[in-house]
Amino acid sequence: MSQRRHTAYITIDSERCKGCGLCIFFCPQKVIGQAERFNQKGYTPATVIEEKAGECTGCTACALMCPDIAIGVYRHAKVAP
Amino acid sequence: MAQTKAAKSDTILFAAPQSLEDVPLHYCPGCGHGIVHRLIAEVVDKLGIADRTVCVASVGCSAINYLYFKFDGLESSHGRAPASASGIKRCRPDLIPFTYQGDGDLAAIGTAEIVHACARGENITVFFINNAIYGMTGGQMAPTTLVGMHSTSTPGGRNPALAGYPIKVCEMLSTLEGPAYIARVSIYNPAQVRRAKQAIELAFRTQLAGLGLALVEVLSPCPVGWGVEPVQAMDWLVEHMLPQYPLGEYKVTEAVQALKEVKGHA
Amino acid sequence: MAKRVLMSGNIAAAEGAILAGCHAFFGYPITPQNDLLEHMSRRLPPLGRIFVQTESELSAINMVLGASAAGFRAMTSTSGPGFSLQQEGISYMAGMELPAVIVDVMRAGPGLGSIGGAQGDYFQATKGGGHGDYRVLTLAPASAQEMMDLTMLAFELADKYRNPVVVLADGFLGQAMEPVAMREPVAELPGKPWAITGARGRPKNVLNSLELEPADLEPRMQALVQKFEMMRQNEVRYESLDLDDASMAIVAYGSASRSAMTAVHMARQEGLRVGLLRPISLFPFPYQALSDLAQRVDDFLVAELSFGQLVEDVRWAVGPNHRVELVNRLAGVRLSAEEILEAIRKMAR
Repeated sequence: MSQRRHTAYITIDSERCKGCGLCIFFCPQKVIGQAERFNQKGYTPATVIEEKAGECTGCTACALMCPDIAIGVYRHAKVAP
Repeated sequence: MAQTKAAKSDTILFAAPQSLEDVPLHYCPGCGHGIVHRLIAEVVDKLGIADRTVCVASVGCSAINYLYFKFDGLESSHGRAPASASGIKRCRPDLIPFTYQGDGDLAAIGTAEIVHACARGENITVFFINNAIYGMTGGQMAPTTLVGMHSTSTPGGRNPALAGYPIKVCEMLSTLEGPAYIARVSIYNPAQVRRAKQAIELAFRTQLAGLGLALVEVLSPCPVGWGVEPVQAMDWLVEHMLPQYPLGEYKVTEAVQALKEVKGHA
Repeated sequence: MAKRVLMSGNIAAAEGAILAGCHAFFGYPITPQNDLLEHMSRRLPPLGRIFVQTESELSAINMVLGASAAGFRAMTSTSGPGFSLQQEGISYMAGMELPAVIVDVMRAGPGLGSIGGAQGDYFQATKGGGHGDYRVLTLAPASAQEMMDLTMLAFELADKYRNPVVVLADGFLGQAMEPVAMREPVAELPGKPWAITGARGRPKNVLNSLELEPADLEPRMQALVQKFEMMRQNEVRYESLDLDDASMAIVAYGSASRSAMTAVHMARQEGLRVGLLRPISLFPFPYQALSDLAQRVDDFLVAELSFGQLVEDVRWAVGPNHRVELVNRLAGVRLSAEEILEAIRKMAR
């Protein structure tokens, strides 16, 4: 499968995250999933799916919908070759 | 590989607004308060008014929301936030007080205060979070609870014969001459969140221009109170709340309209 | 000598507030304090100050809360039923440590009662009339002059202690016209670094009463308790009349003390050794003064315009070994000097 590499990525503060799943649902690229581990508050936080990470377009939908302000969205300074 | 930290050289497409404190929010998973708090902080940052803004909190889940903002904050008793914000604004017209009130606070115990703050056209900004339920006290009927909707105090669903009908705040208040801007928005998807932010910005700009009271009602999910998962709560909101509480602008005075057009406000 | 102006007690309180630098008045019409509100509506706006007639006493007290939080001297005035509504806001302001002045021009109750002057709000004003553990300083004027002077003092004490202060007047005092010596305006107001003025060049200020953790709230409440103790130590005020050789003391405040004063003069003419102790601060109450007095005075007669509220504090102060009797009228009926004299005679027999 040819994976299109995008230039954006997100960070998730897994201790702020309460695992509500809104980012997962609203991500058009389906880049985000739920972790299997628990955070210190006992939630299973959202996490970037390793193999899908390159598909993030930086649309910020996940961050817009995050009620816990746990997500940052960035664009790489240089596109990886 | 997934990154957990941003590289310094990278471009920020989205980051937490400056006006928010870097502390975790106490709200339940999927609660809409956090989104609205963030939008308010973003607008305050954008307008550069953090050193003049005052959050007048209310009673309910958001009673301690002043802890989350970096600007000054005031507690108020249940329903009276518009009165306290008016007291601040009358004495200090240069400050930018906003109230942040839930449906129980604004539309039940505080109806007199909001109606008369509107009637006087107090130059304050009001954010009214409507989730059709009393969240803090455990999911009892709110003034905005829908007919037939279950709550912990309407076990068979809200029966109008016993518990009356929901109050439509924007429709009711827009009959008054005092308010300058009244709009109902929601946050059930990214596009709506962007629209909500525009309304919040216009509400602040209305106060900055001294045009009178601006009220933005936000239809917001309460997954725990409604007994549904956070993602399903957004569907529930669309399916049940939108027909009862249509989105849109309910009052835009000519002066506010002019304000919208000046800066090409969407 | 200061210029003397004929004015009612209500107007004197309003003018006292203006002299004290009251920047904002928020109020709702209720008899018998209406002329105070009306006077403020005429006087404040030309001075560049704030007057708002609110939709209720609840709204009025919460506008006072906002104005006070913003660092301004602010007040409201009301009477019984409105004072009840304001207990909510007063409790919040006590918890948030906000200064405020509330003038209660008492009428008869319970309920709507009557619009006649009475003193039935004594418990409510002196024992913390709202919810939770708190007290408010309560000052009881007995003349139009004191309506002015004690309102000015109320603003000073409110700022000193960051606590609401009640001026507890009544319908008779509010309406009676008397000459009042005008005072000098307060030149300098205290700074309020705690106020909500915009977080500019300083960390944010938050004014609240809420602490979700009981362990966090308790020290805050203990600090309040210490503050109330400071009030007890520093702010007791009372006036004595003819007590040096007295074997009987009348205790009365406000307009009841005016009749009591006349009764003392009449009793003295009959050779009865009677004096008057008039509490001016009702909280803090002059317990010590009364208990000292009880060392040399046998009998106490309490004259009040309620069913026996002040009398409970007097009994507590003088203890069980003294006769404490009550002479009173209710419902807005005036208590005459003759009635008090008759009670003195009866007690002296």
